[in-house]
Amino acid sequence: MAEAQTEIKETPKPSEFEPKIIGFLCNWCSYAGADLCGVSRYQYPTNVRSIRVMCSTRISPHIVLDIFKAGADGVLLGGCHLNDCHYISGNFYTEKRVRLMKKLLEDAGFDPDRLRLEWVSASEGEKFSKVVTEFTEQVRKLGPSKVKKDPMVMAKVAAADGASETFRLRALSGRQLGLEKTGNVYGQKVEKEELERVIDQATQEEYERSLIIELSREKPRSVKDLGKIMDVPTDRVLRHIVALRQRNMITMEHPEGLTPTYKTIEIGGEQ
Amino acid sequence: METTAKADAKDKPRIGVFVCHCGSNIGGFVDVPSVAKYAATLPDVVYATDNLYTCAEDGLNSIREGIRKHNLNRVVVASCTPRTHAPLFQATCESAGLNKYLFTFVNIREHCSWVHMKEKEKATKKARDLIRMGVARSRLLQAQVEEKVDVEPSAVIIGGGVSGMTAAASLADMGFPVHLVERESELGGFVKNLNNLYVTEKSAADTIKPLIEKVKSHKNVKLHMNSTLKSVEGFIGNYDIVIGGKGVEDLKTKVGTIVVATGALEFMPEGLYGYTQYPNVVTLTEFEILCKKKTLPKLKNVAFIQCVGSRGQNKSYCSRICCNVAIKNAINIVDNYENMLGLMEKAGTVIDKVPVERTAPEEILERRRRRRGRDRGEEGSADEVKLGPSEKIEVTIFNRDVMAYGIEHELTYNKAREKRVKFVRYTPEHLPRVYMEGSQLMVGYFHETLKLERTMPVDMVVLSTPLVSQPDAHDVAQMLKVPLGQEGFFLEAHVKLRPVDFATDGIYVCGTCRGPADITECVTQASAAASRAAIPMAKGYVQAEALTSVVDDTKCSGCGTCIQVCPYGALRKNDKGQAEVIVAACKGCGCCGATCPEGAITMTNYTDAQLLAEARAGLQEEV
Repeated sequence: MAEAQTEIKETPKPSEFEPKIIGFLCNWCSYAGADLCGVSRYQYPTNVRSIRVMCSTRISPHIVLDIFKAGADGVLLGGCHLNDCHYISGNFYTEKRVRLMKKLLEDAGFDPDRLRLEWVSASEGEKFSKVVTEFTEQVRKLGPSKVKKDPMVMAKVAAADGASETFRLRALSGRQLGLEKTGNVYGQKVEKEELERVIDQATQEEYERSLIIELSREKPRSVKDLGKIMDVPTDRVLRHIVALRQRNMITMEHPEGLTPTYKTIEIGGEQ
Repeated sequence: METTAKADAKDKPRIGVFVCHCGSNIGGFVDVPSVAKYAATLPDVVYATDNLYTCAEDGLNSIREGIRKHNLNRVVVASCTPRTHAPLFQATCESAGLNKYLFTFVNIREHCSWVHMKEKEKATKKARDLIRMGVARSRLLQAQVEEKVDVEPSAVIIGGGVSGMTAAASLADMGFPVHLVERESELGGFVKNLNNLYVTEKSAADTIKPLIEKVKSHKNVKLHMNSTLKSVEGFIGNYDIVIGGKGVEDLKTKVGTIVVATGALEFMPEGLYGYTQYPNVVTLTEFEILCKKKTLPKLKNVAFIQCVGSRGQNKSYCSRICCNVAIKNAINIVDNYENMLGLMEKAGTVIDKVPVERTAPEEILERRRRRRGRDRGEEGSADEVKLGPSEKIEVTIFNRDVMAYGIEHELTYNKAREKRVKFVRYTPEHLPRVYMEGSQLMVGYFHETLKLERTMPVDMVVLSTPLVSQPDAHDVAQMLKVPLGQEGFFLEAHVKLRPVDFATDGIYVCGTCRGPADITECVTQASAAASRAAIPMAKGYVQAEALTSVVDDTKCSGCGTCIQVCPYGALRKNDKGQAEVIVAACKGCGCCGATCPEGAITMTNYTDAQLLAEARAGLQEEV
């Protein structure tokens, strides 16, 4: 027991940054692959903390972005190989969602390489160790996440999270696969690239709107002010403000002189 | 279930944590007592201890006692993998009156001690983190009630080979109606091709005849020849299937369980060892067919080459049966040179008998004298060499290793050596070569002992190629929603503990479609699969795991996106126009939950709050 206490006090070497990585592994393939990796005694760094889910498709963008908000240096998603999903098509949806997550992270200026999606089958024990080793080193090189230290980074990641929760992006990313494969209600198939372009544009819009919400939480902001912080032309900011006012998400407050400012309407509290 | 007493989730959580040493498997690489001590300091943990083996009776008792003594309403076990041990611990919780959904599994063996064997401090820290995550999840768990689903007491078996017929006969004998689906016009599968079977030396046709007759005449077996399974919908106990084929009318019926016994094919070694280039280069199966049809040419020198296309060449695995099959055939050739089984009879004509007493050429006798004399350390005598007909024949098995595992196979191997079948080893770096010298088929090889290139004239080269998966196994896999392994064979739920189950309930697998196996092994697996399938059918019902999606009707706007993404058709619109879950059909993947634009769908015990609490606990610094 005395031994144990000294161990808890062990100080990490300051020179080596130990990234905190959360892994979500699907029960049928990648979690089983990680099990086989253990059985086969392939060694890998201790940084990943894995959570078992039934399918990678369970992981919504909100879950990943919220974890980045909470300070994770990296997130690893593991699923079955395409066409091998235990739930038939789950990982195809995962693939689409990860694309959305990466686009949101990119828009937020947060390195999308901190998020990794890997297909690891139940028989690929060695691959699992390689993936974890590689990803850990990759995240180590990227350095610690700045969300906890830099309020602007936090606001941007929070905006990405907020955007991922909008009806528009959830509906688009949910229907993306169906639109590509079986078409819309009129049976018209939509080209993958065309659809991605539409989604990317919607993503950018929702992200910018969400960032306005984040930035105007603490204090009212003017359009000019927002445009400067966000590095977005003021006419676009104004259009976003109009949309947000229509959704009743933002309100005009304390006009100073001729410049109106806007403040986020808080609904309820954090759960 | 009498598990509601302590299952009230509104009670303040009282969590017990049991940390397993797993002998030295965890204890040797993680400081388990300190981890247990740390666990006791976590919020809502009222009891924490360590066990040498939590899964042993001692450990299970400590869980039961813990629940009783400390009035636990949540249990966390930190040991091995939930994929094998969750049912055991869940049952233990239930036996102590705790709803099994209030149990949390933390994996500190496969995911920690075994993969961080050289970093005890870091592994111990990770174990503490993982347990903190498990406790965070545990605090938010809710008791769940499982729904009972009736099981239709009938089965469909895909494949009418030895495995499929055995499974069908077993289930039919137990009294369950069975549909046996075979796409060919004849029963018997791969074994149909074979001449005689090893160990018994009996003909293959005679061996499986009683089985064929049994399934043909059994009142509980409905045969569907020239047919395949065209579609499958549903879930354990309630599969709606369609059986049909060319010229066969579609049959729609309902079954409770499915056994997959689709078998395997032999690998065709195109481009290897002169296969298809020279007429007398055949595969092991082709050789069997020639033997069976009695159309073998007169053979004097035969070379078998083992591991053709397997063990890293085209396929990664060892096909397991070819050594024994080659040995069997080698013995056949030696024994049957005299036409004992009429092996080399050609359409009724008997070849000339070879005289029993016959003298070998002087140079061979001289060579053998020297060879034997060297063994004994003295000059050998030529007189003891009595040449029977078998001496006429040279059978050589070029092998990488002879895998004559078990009792009988090793004896057969010895028997082959006694009959002077030559076993010549080769390595992957020096593969034998098959070529023609004029009109003579030749084998060139590197003699590993002599370290010399040698050549040998042969009449026939037999290539032992591996069994490979059916090319359309993928279609069956997709239809049944079951996985294939890397080599295209069906992948069982657990390689050691659940060898004939699929991860999907109600579907079982046996025979060569799950990997190379001989008849004995196929029959064993088929009997096992039949008895596994019989469990839910005999019981009459299954309890559906309470791991499904749940729709919050205060949030659902009826957009229908969830219905589009569900791969199981487990969501439908109710009369209020809102989404509704068909619990028995839902498999709990969570796709609808991650998709729902209103965030109205969540999964029982995989809620966002639970997943996020678990993840956040993993990011926390230790206090």
